[in-house]
Amino acid sequence: MDLAAAKMIGAGLACIALVGAGVGIGNVFSALINSLARNPAAQVTTWAFLGFALAEATGLFGLLIAFMILFAF
Amino acid sequence: MATENPLHQFAIERLAEIHVGRFDLSFTNSALAMTAAAVIITGVMVVAGRQASMVPGRLQSAVEMAYEFIANMVEENVGQEGRQYFPFLFTLFMFILLGNLLGMIPYSFTFTSHIVVTFAMAATVFLGVTLIGIVRHGFHFLSLFVPQGVPKLLLLLLVPIELLSYCIRPFTLSIRLFANMMAGHTMLVIFAGFTASLGIFFFAPIVMDAAIVLLEFLVAVLQAYVFTILSCLYLKDAIHLH
Repeated sequence: MDLAAAKMIGAGLACIALVGAGVGIGNVFSALINSLARNPAAQVTTWAFLGFALAEATGLFGLLIAFMILFAF
Repeated sequence: MATENPLHQFAIERLAEIHVGRFDLSFTNSALAMTAAAVIITGVMVVAGRQASMVPGRLQSAVEMAYEFIANMVEENVGQEGRQYFPFLFTLFMFILLGNLLGMIPYSFTFTSHIVVTFAMAATVFLGVTLIGIVRHGFHFLSLFVPQGVPKLLLLLLVPIELLSYCIRPFTLSIRLFANMMAGHTMLVIFAGFTASLGIFFFAPIVMDAAIVLLEFLVAVLQAYVFTILSCLYLKDAIHLH
């Protein structure tokens, strides 16, 4: 198979990791909304943003592999 | 289709060629952005503290808010012993924040979008925190990798995993910031490219691009905050060892 074609396919496959990021971020904000609905005075928003960044980071590790396949190899 | 290569914005350009022996110490656009960030931070801090009054004006109030934000974060997450590390963490936060925000100016350069820059910062934090832990606790520092109340047989599996997740910290810390910045800015260029190529439906990518610019501002501030708070938490781990 052509290297360029294999790179495209590899990059596309690596982007499937972003599904996990989507699910994780949805979980984080669902928990935030639930907890604020039960107790609006709870100081959880800061931790929610930290959780969002960490969940997004794992998705971006997959995106990083996609970029590396496309442009570094 | 004459779209710009989305990775072209990350190219390093030499603005002033300086060669010392075999080393290329040229002043690049990345160095210019870092200098601008340092000058802006120092300038704002100095000017705000110039006529410090009990009832602060706008600039002094803004600077005090930033100071208190990080001071509270450090005290809450690291405790009283962490107060001596506050200047470093404040510098780290402001530098990354300014770096991310300067990248939002059109045609400017985001120096945090290069892995070498973010890895230098993350490696400094990791090595510093490990050294602080070793100096403070000696060999007892290795008890960080042995969670309490775990049956002995499970330790054989758990300690390598804990060790691995500790050693991976500088990488995740740096890649998180670098990938967020690079992916965000690449997305901006790609959507802007759509605006040119879609002809009559140009307003759809413009609306999308506007939404993504807003998201990028949020991500710029958030990533600076996340880098700093994770550094605080790693410092807490090293100082308090559980």
